[in-house]
Amino acid sequence: MDHRAAGLTDAEAIRMYRTMLLARRLDERQWLLNRAGKLPFVISCQGHEAAQVGAGFALKPGVDFVLPYYRDLALVLALGVTSEAVMLAAFARADDPASGGRQMPNHFSDRRLRIFTQSSPTGTQIPHAVGFAWAARYTGEPFVAFVSFGDGTSNQGDFHEGLNFAGVFRLPVIAFVENNRYAISVPLERQIASPDVASRAQSYGMAGVKVDGRDPFAVYRVVREARERALAGEGGTLIEADVMRLTPHSSDDDDRTYRSREEVEALRQADPVARVRAYLLEQALLDAAALEALEAEVAAEVDRATAAAEAAPLPDPATAMRHVYAEAPERPGASTDRWGGAGGKGPEGWTEPAPAGGGTDGGR
Amino acid sequence: MAVKTYIEAIREALWQAMERDPGVFVLGEDVGRRGGVFRATAGLLERFGERRVVDTPLAESAIVGVAIGAAAYGLRPVAEIQFADFIYPATNQIVNEAAKIRYRSNGAWSVPLVIRAPYGGGVHGALYHSQSVEKAFTGHPGLRVVTPSNPYDAKGLLLAAIFSDDPVLFLEHKKLYRLAKGEVPEDFYTVPLDRARTVREGDDVTVIAYGLMVPYALEAAERLAREEGIEATVLDLVTLYPLDRAAIVEAARRTGKVLIVHEDNGEGGVGGEVAAVIAETALFDLDAPIRRLTGPDVPAMPYSPPLEAWFMPSVERIAAAMRELARF
Ligand SMILES: Cc1ncc(C[n+]2csc(CCOP(=O)(O)OP(=O)(O)O)c2C)c(N)n1
Ligand SMILES: [Mg+2]
Repeated sequence: MDHRAAGLTDAEAIRMYRTMLLARRLDERQWLLNRAGKLPFVISCQGHEAAQVGAGFALKPGVDFVLPYYRDLALVLALGVTSEAVMLAAFARADDPASGGRQMPNHFSDRRLRIFTQSSPTGTQIPHAVGFAWAARYTGEPFVAFVSFGDGTSNQGDFHEGLNFAGVFRLPVIAFVENNRYAISVPLERQIASPDVASRAQSYGMAGVKVDGRDPFAVYRVVREARERALAGEGGTLIEADVMRLTPHSSDDDDRTYRSREEVEALRQADPVARVRAYLLEQALLDAAALEALEAEVAAEVDRATAAAEAAPLPDPATAMRHVYAEAPERPGASTDRWGGAGGKGPEGWTEPAPAGGGTDGGR
Repeated sequence: MAVKTYIEAIREALWQAMERDPGVFVLGEDVGRRGGVFRATAGLLERFGERRVVDTPLAESAIVGVAIGAAAYGLRPVAEIQFADFIYPATNQIVNEAAKIRYRSNGAWSVPLVIRAPYGGGVHGALYHSQSVEKAFTGHPGLRVVTPSNPYDAKGLLLAAIFSDDPVLFLEHKKLYRLAKGEVPEDFYTVPLDRARTVREGDDVTVIAYGLMVPYALEAAERLAREEGIEATVLDLVTLYPLDRAAIVEAARRTGKVLIVHEDNGEGGVGGEVAAVIAETALFDLDAPIRRLTGPDVPAMPYSPPLEAWFMPSVERIAAAMRELARF
């Protein structure tokens, strides 16, 4: 681990740790609330925080489109989602910015931050990311599309269809696999026959990179490099970060039925949050007192977010018929309202038509 | 006004939409250099270039999924599924994604995209080039499913679909592509996505149909009027989901005798929902049981000519069913 070698300042390294810690504490609080009967469902980022924060800090919030999956709490916090927004979703409150309490928790969405709404079927977001990347190419707006998912999900058809499409058109996509070696109870050996996921990149004509997902600075570096390549027109990257799942799959799962306590205990010994904390101490970026102050500050933030969300109003069933179809009148020809209509310059190597001659003739 | 075929009307709509809005682009298999296997996109590549007329890899879920991402960004993609029979690999993207994106994001995101799919039989297409897929895609709030029965509607409905902010599954009947001819204005116009259309008025019997079955029903109605003095109202559903309930009820009340015709299988088809709407709202205005004339409940349309003819509802069979109802 070396944050300076990754091009990060001390202050940035500390902010990354703070984000990891906040994610961990928000996550732990949700488990407590679940066991207390206040939240019906929790799904965790615990053990994935370093990889997610590394990736989040390498992206440009509000510029890059991000398509996360349900484990990506630390990622979306790094991008600017607030603790209160997370808790509003956990409590399914009306003001949950992701869905107004319609979706399960951790189905992140924030239009302003360009975090695209996600569903539960795994992998469907991969072609969507390719579509956003297509729009970058189409309009000439400089951004990348970042999409994340688990190792099990790398077996879905949408993984193959989406990454192949991205490869064929050399689109600016970063596909980020958080490999925790499980898909609920099924271990990696039953998921893939290849030695790893990253090597599949070869089939898509894109770079494949493996990185230690417990090292946020290493992850930051590979994601930043992938972003630079994508923006330079060099196409996408498939990144595989080795992470660990410290919790059961979700609050409805009991992992004692398929993995030993020794195995989980060994993972806990390698906890990425503790690891980065030790690094900060060792590098003298923070001393013990400062770390304690940070803990207190994060705990207070989690308390505030929890209290605010719990007190917030629930959605009114009278609103449940809204947003099935567009409510505003149709606006013919208005797509440029949404994307500016600038661009229009094809990328190099694409044939562009001769300047328009004459009116419409129905294309005959 | 020029007389055009259904496929020409579709091509003209695509052309005009792309002229009008730089965010409109088409993508699909063989839509570029080949101009589409039915030639719906012929000429577009030459006029609009590779950026806006995109030959994609052979992968339907990606075609729709990529269109979803581009639409969420703010573009207006028009995705072509080469034959409706091959839409099923994209079902998850259509039903679980496109249809639900506005709702699940509480209105924050929308996907203004059109999926064009040639469907229907009577073209010697056998089991996998003849299917009517509508029953799989109706009944998913958030998604609109429409199908034109004539060139005028083909152009106006497609333009409405492209400039709508909702995802629209736009079903084009293959047999109508060159069979259907009619007057099509040169100008830009739209036909509402949520309205059925009364295409014939009469007081003896009501036929409710869509797609190819509309011209068949009209021909049957003309024949019965001429030869037997039976006058039919014919309602073209146009929108298969959501249904134009008010128009269905009004058409049913007008004669009290309703024949529903479609080529898709009977059980589980759109006709069952139409019948339910009438039963719920206008049961006591009926003078005869609601009758359905549909494709038979076999898995799909067989190839050999007598088998195909056995499957397809014909003008003769529609006329016979109308006559029976009128006499009831
Ligand atoms: C299409 C689909 N099939 C099954 C599920 C149920 N399911 C939810 S998460 C999951 C395992 C996913 O594993 P992985 O992709 O490795 O991600 P992880 O949860 O390990 O981070 C399964 C089977 C689902 N959500 N979607
Ligand atoms: Mg996994």
